[in-house]
Amino acid sequence: MMRTSDQWLERLAPLALPILLLAAWQISVSTGWLSSRILPSPTAVLAAGWALLQSGEIWSHLAISSWRAGVGLAIGGGLGLVLGFISGLSRWGERFLDSSVQMIRNIPHLALIPLVILWFGIDESAKVFLVALGSLFPIYLNTYHGIRNVDAGLVEMSRSYGLSGFSLFWQVILPGALPSILVGLRFALGFMWLTLIVAETISASSGIGYLAMNAREFLQTDVVVLAIVLYALLGKLADTAARLLERLWLRWHPAYQKKGAKA
Amino acid sequence: MTAQQPPRPKNGTALTVQALSKSFGDLQVLNNIDLEIPAGQFVAVVGRSGCGKSTLLRLLAGLDQASSGELLAGSTALADNRADTRLMFQDSRLLPWKKVIDNVGLGLKGDWRPKAFEALRAVGLADRAWQWPATLSGGQKQRVALARALIHQPRLLLLDEPLGALDALTRIEMQQLIESLWQQHGFTVLLVTHDVSEAVSVADRVILIEEGEIGLDLTIDVPRPRAHGSFRLAQLEAQVLDRVLARPANPEQPEKLSPLPTQLRWAL
Repeated sequence: MMRTSDQWLERLAPLALPILLLAAWQISVSTGWLSSRILPSPTAVLAAGWALLQSGEIWSHLAISSWRAGVGLAIGGGLGLVLGFISGLSRWGERFLDSSVQMIRNIPHLALIPLVILWFGIDESAKVFLVALGSLFPIYLNTYHGIRNVDAGLVEMSRSYGLSGFSLFWQVILPGALPSILVGLRFALGFMWLTLIVAETISASSGIGYLAMNAREFLQTDVVVLAIVLYALLGKLADTAARLLERLWLRWHPAYQKKGAKA
Repeated sequence: MTAQQPPRPKNGTALTVQALSKSFGDLQVLNNIDLEIPAGQFVAVVGRSGCGKSTLLRLLAGLDQASSGELLAGSTALADNRADTRLMFQDSRLLPWKKVIDNVGLGLKGDWRPKAFEALRAVGLADRAWQWPATLSGGQKQRVALARALIHQPRLLLLDEPLGALDALTRIEMQQLIESLWQQHGFTVLLVTHDVSEAVSVADRVILIEEGEIGLDLTIDVPRPRAHGSFRLAQLEAQVLDRVLARPANPEQPEKLSPLPTQLRWAL
């Protein structure tokens, strides 16, 4: 039995450093040590956020950015998953696909931005395309790797118990590859935000990146910092969602079982 | 399990092995083996590591294909009786993402839950049905694997050193469990083990495999229940051990037995 005070300490520990940094930041701005042109104080950022919240403007930006991220991830991740299954499950699939995918993977997808603008202009499809491209490869790679590393002994056993085809895939190969696939998902989420930030900063007429670039034109440093904070929060949110999935789908895994939950 | 399963006169497979050979590349692992096993017999296969005993089991289980020779169950090919043959591996090979009971019911269709509970009860683990395999001890995992094999009511049970990784006391418990389930159901058992004392104490017959050939075929004529440390058992054990040790050991070769084919994953 852990004492409750210990539990609270453990829970609060990750927050200590950010709070300390915030306090130092606030103090150095309010004492005039740091010019608010360079970095506005946390309270100023909060105020900017509040103003945008009240005008409702922030919601439309958040919504459009999340939409781009979500659709891009769904397309890129879905494609990566399917390609990963094909390469992982069939020798011919691997022969046919893997070297091409690996080749394309090595092109930094942001290098395609000029081309993508030529293709799609600066509307939504350009951003969705870039996000999809950014999140495809981590999922592909980890799906493929995960399937290749499913314990051959378990597959052999399952076959000898009469599993084959789809039931073998669904009951043995997919769950065996899932830990790796979820790692891929977390990487993909990182790439998703990175790509979106760059794409929105370069060419957009809405979204958080646009909010930041627009504010820069008017020297609204507080809004720029707010946009950065928003990205951080969205990134954290996505990561938390991925962790929840891991907890849900990998309940069986000793690493995800709560300590002391052994009956 | 007994309730639903009236004892049939012949619950075991009568096994005939004719001129069985297996080689991996240049390496001859089994060389022209002939073997007759009557239905319901408990046979232990012993031998040094790398002698081919596990290969024999894998051939019987249909996990590998023989290079030449015949495997018969009664008068039909053993390969046609796959559903009647179950193999228990050295490691339990439970699917870690399935609850214990779902592991027992692996590959079953229809309403198998009650049967799975029965099977778990038979190995004394009914209360663990809803746990993840990761929470079980090594011996418990093997008992679940045993339940998983027994639920199919096999007529031939192949055991590939299933007790190898267990501690001494758990081993004895497991031996007794397997023996009593065998007596109850009457299937034919082939137990591969490197533990001669274990072989002698549970089996009707001990077969020693040396360099891919049968070196010794010994009937254990000791009535059951057998007392641990009985003099006759010790004599028989010494007889087998003398034979094993008399022949100079080959320099230990890496076990060629389970080159777990990496192609497995391709063949979906």
